[in-house]
Amino acid sequence: MQLEDRWLRETYVDLLMESARQDERICIVEADLMKAAGTGRFAEQFPERTVNVGVAEANMIGVAAGLSNMGKIPFTHTFTPFSTRRVCDQVTLSVAYAGLNVKIMGSDPGVTAELNGGTHMSMEDVAIMRNIPGMIIFEPTDSAQLKKAFPQILEHYGPFYIRLLRRNAVRIFDDHCEFTLGKGIVLKEGADVTIVASGIMTAEALEAGEVLMAEGIRAEVINIHTVKPLDRSLIISSARKTRAVVTAENGSILNGLGSAVAECLGENCPTIMKRVGVQDCFGQVGLTEDLKKAYGLTAKNIITAAKAVISQK
Amino acid sequence: MNKIDMLEEKAKEIRIQTIKSVGGLGVGHIGGALSLCEVIAVLYFDVMKITASDAGKADRDRFVLSKGHGGPALYAALALKGFLKMEDLATLNQPGTHLPSHCDRLLTNGIDMSTGSLGQGFSVAMGMAVGAKMDKMDLYIYTIIGDGESQEGQIWEAAMLAGSRRLDNVIAFTDYNKMQLDGYVEEVNGLEPLELKWQSFGWHTQTVDGHDVKAILHAIDKAQKYKGKPSMIILDTIKGKGAFFSENRVASHNMSISEEDWKKAVDLLERGEVKCS
Repeated sequence: MQLEDRWLRETYVDLLMESARQDERICIVEADLMKAAGTGRFAEQFPERTVNVGVAEANMIGVAAGLSNMGKIPFTHTFTPFSTRRVCDQVTLSVAYAGLNVKIMGSDPGVTAELNGGTHMSMEDVAIMRNIPGMIIFEPTDSAQLKKAFPQILEHYGPFYIRLLRRNAVRIFDDHCEFTLGKGIVLKEGADVTIVASGIMTAEALEAGEVLMAEGIRAEVINIHTVKPLDRSLIISSARKTRAVVTAENGSILNGLGSAVAECLGENCPTIMKRVGVQDCFGQVGLTEDLKKAYGLTAKNIITAAKAVISQK
Repeated sequence: MNKIDMLEEKAKEIRIQTIKSVGGLGVGHIGGALSLCEVIAVLYFDVMKITASDAGKADRDRFVLSKGHGGPALYAALALKGFLKMEDLATLNQPGTHLPSHCDRLLTNGIDMSTGSLGQGFSVAMGMAVGAKMDKMDLYIYTIIGDGESQEGQIWEAAMLAGSRRLDNVIAFTDYNKMQLDGYVEEVNGLEPLELKWQSFGWHTQTVDGHDVKAILHAIDKAQKYKGKPSMIILDTIKGKGAFFSENRVASHNMSISEEDWKKAVDLLERGEVKCS
């Protein structure tokens, strides 16, 4: 598995600009992090469709809701914690409750906030957004998947959270990959254990699957790019087959992907499972690879969890 | 009937219907609704370009009641204007109603924005003004905030942006009745000097008697003629105005109302014993 050449944010901005050329409703609302998002070239080409509210995230969401109210399709951006916990009430009421159509991009999810450290490291962003009725939560795995997803993001009317890694993603998909919002993707079939992964943990899950295979354990690896709505039927059918499930996410295990899978299985197909993710604690400064080790977000952690659930079948 | 008399009559009808609907329920945010009757009458019966038969018209003026708890006064105006049926007003806050305490754009015909969490509607209104400018639409965004609501940080985030972007398609009002839920505004967390605050944020400002329809009309006309800045019209108002049980009482923010009291208040207004405008 290889890192992509370009940062994922560049693909995101390419897609925004391509779409904006064809649809004059598309605009961006920023909160003094345009340089971090790479949206400067959007602003250059579409100055009249760029609103930078400055360091005022609550107003960013309010202004975006107002733009949607006037028929625009606004994309907001700031880092993940400020796109979610800082503006939880604004997103809940001004956007979701009011039935408006705002795409909220949060960058640098989980440990990928790196040197910005604990204050900028949202472990709870998915948990917050999951509790907002009607919210879609999408975390692209790589640039190919983001490209395939973009038309569906535009087509969907309603509150939408895009949890976006800014830097180079590990290349998982090819340019012809299939993509349907809300439908998980089986990356590797197996019968002994199911590994459900999102975001940067997808590559770790695939690596874990390889190692387990070498040891004679056939892991089924599933990429869940849409945490909400969860692809319940895929999770249930895989769990019925393997009877052991591990989830892996770059964020808190509380009310994120692992919790969503646990809720689904608990109600439909009780299955022994373990959640690999951040164990109810704050972030800290560090490089992604070091932080993955510090918080137990590696292929090794997934392997250990997989063996544990298999032994409990 | 000349325009001023007509607007005073409309304000009186809005006030009566507001007292009837909140009184009929027995409890509600009567104080901050009754302080709004004159400005809402002026907006809905003279100033705003809106028509009930084409409620979603793209180039209509917009109105955001950011102090969403004033909903009952707005519902009364919408009913009198034909957006709602008059009998709907009696369903305020009843199970299954489309007239909830706080304004809801998905439930109520004629409501442009859902509000209730204070500070947010004003911010959304600024976004609507930015959107209208993007499309070079010739329309105004009108919005009313409360004085207690002005303690919200988001109000000033939005105020700063509107001043900075010179959103002269915004005409905002502060319902300055000097009272909030916990007491007098100046005692809880004072706003003064309020007009200077708005001026320093880049707004064109005026202060007028919020129960004088002629003064409100004149201020809106001046605001429309002033180009290059958003406008804030501070309405000097009286909380609970026009009902003896609520007028100028801090407790009127959200109070219980007996049937005897509200019927008496309506009767006094109908007979012209109590005049507000």
